[in-house]
Amino acid sequence: MDFAGIIGIINAKFGEGFASIDEEVSADTVRLTPEQWGQLAPFLRKTPELFFDAMMCITGIDEGVESENLAVSYNLHSMKHNHKLEIYVSMPKSDPKVPSVEQIWRVADWFEREVYDMFGIEFEGHRDLRRILLPSDWDGFPLRKDYEFPETWHGIVINKMKEGWE
Amino acid sequence: MGVVIEQELGTVHGDEMILNIGPQHPSTHGVLRLKVHTDGEIITQITPYIGYLHRCFEKHCENLTYEQSIPYTDRCDYIGSMNNNFGYAVAVEQLMETKVPEKVEYMRVIVAEMNRIASHLLALGTFGLDVGAFTPFLYCFRDRERILDLFEMLCGARLLYNYIWIGGVSHDFPVGWVEKTYEFLDYFEPKINEYNDLLTYNKIFIERSADVGVIPADVAISYGVTGPNLRGSGVRWDLRKDDPYGIYDRFEFDIPIGTGAMGSVGDCWDRYYVRVRELEECVKIIRQALDALPRDGDVHAALPKKIRPKAGHVYSRTESPRGDLGYYIASDGSDIPSRIKMRSPAFTALSCLNEISRGWMISDVIAILGSLDIVLGEIDR
Repeated sequence: MDFAGIIGIINAKFGEGFASIDEEVSADTVRLTPEQWGQLAPFLRKTPELFFDAMMCITGIDEGVESENLAVSYNLHSMKHNHKLEIYVSMPKSDPKVPSVEQIWRVADWFEREVYDMFGIEFEGHRDLRRILLPSDWDGFPLRKDYEFPETWHGIVINKMKEGWE
Repeated sequence: MGVVIEQELGTVHGDEMILNIGPQHPSTHGVLRLKVHTDGEIITQITPYIGYLHRCFEKHCENLTYEQSIPYTDRCDYIGSMNNNFGYAVAVEQLMETKVPEKVEYMRVIVAEMNRIASHLLALGTFGLDVGAFTPFLYCFRDRERILDLFEMLCGARLLYNYIWIGGVSHDFPVGWVEKTYEFLDYFEPKINEYNDLLTYNKIFIERSADVGVIPADVAISYGVTGPNLRGSGVRWDLRKDDPYGIYDRFEFDIPIGTGAMGSVGDCWDRYYVRVRELEECVKIIRQALDALPRDGDVHAALPKKIRPKAGHVYSRTESPRGDLGYYIASDGSDIPSRIKMRSPAFTALSCLNEISRGWMISDVIAILGSLDIVLGEIDR
């Protein structure tokens, strides 16, 4: 099914204008709020015409130092129908919370832990949300644009990143 | 938890034991720590701890230009570096909406499939090693060595190639390389039977791997297991056929899937055997690509000196030896990417370990881990 067809099915269920397309981000991306994503996720997985059974990737994004937003991008794919969808959920940096989909797609378990580890986005309803790649006592969330590197960790000196090299 | 055993003398309370495997253990294929909860020798839960090899790949990429990130992708999956370069180059080209010359497309397929053979040989050899068969490992490495020699002739490096660049490859095939590759294929094809005689149909090996660690197809899809591991579960899904990138749609080849020949569909033996059969398919693809390879032509597309894709993002995936290798690249219009995320197939394959290992013995976990063919460099990035 093509992108317009997918949007049609979603809007038929949740009301016109639910899934808005953002040309700025990308032509085939649906932009949602965290609450909307919580409603939509089980529907995408279970509806026979859509049947997105594979979660390809979950990416955490920091929209920049000036922006007040963090975002999570979900890339979905249906093995049965061979169509794709991207969902872009943004939330304010002051209170980054998004519903967890770990029980719908099991692969989201580790993906969400990774996003939490790097961006500090809380996935509500995740059963085991803790750091995955970094040590459990690490301070801060390194992939945020305003992250400042610590000078030492348990007495180990951390090398500064060089700036402005060609 | 624990077990309660009724005996003549009274009630005995068994207790749960926690066993730590790794991080420095040869069967973990790198630095992986497993916390294994066992009841007797039966496993009740496994918690993998990863991150020992975390090298901040994604953070580095946000400080480098698009071309400068390529050597870093090598170091993520150091067994299949060509495929990592390939995936990254395809993603950036998709973001830039450029095409590469015809000759480059063929060259990329040839080196990527050669690398797939090398990667699968390592997977087969070390899987044998994990379950106690030492000899096949040496045979696999003998042949893998020939591929590494060819790559050394091609770009000077044996493991970390930095060969596939954005819009092309670093340089043309050297004189005599194509002939040497044909020679290698003629040499290699009969050797696949040798591995079968040594390991595939070995009674002890079958006893260790058949019916062990079954991944049902729906569990595999839900856990994002891809590549040979997914095909071992009987799902005919290969990006080279189902969502072709580059010029893969021009080649004739089959997609081997697990059939449960020795046990049930999706067991360790199936995952192993899918890799053996893929060796033959790789040889087929390389032969076709070498036959059709244009003799002359440029190996670089005409690109601006500084690569500045227009603002936007792309998620592109390619079939690496371990499965779907995805790159999410977001550009803000400058020459430095604002976000690069690598979706590594080994990461998702490892995440299902707890699900499929419960109820098996500790020695079976080593077999399951070996059959999943994980590379920790790619999991931790």
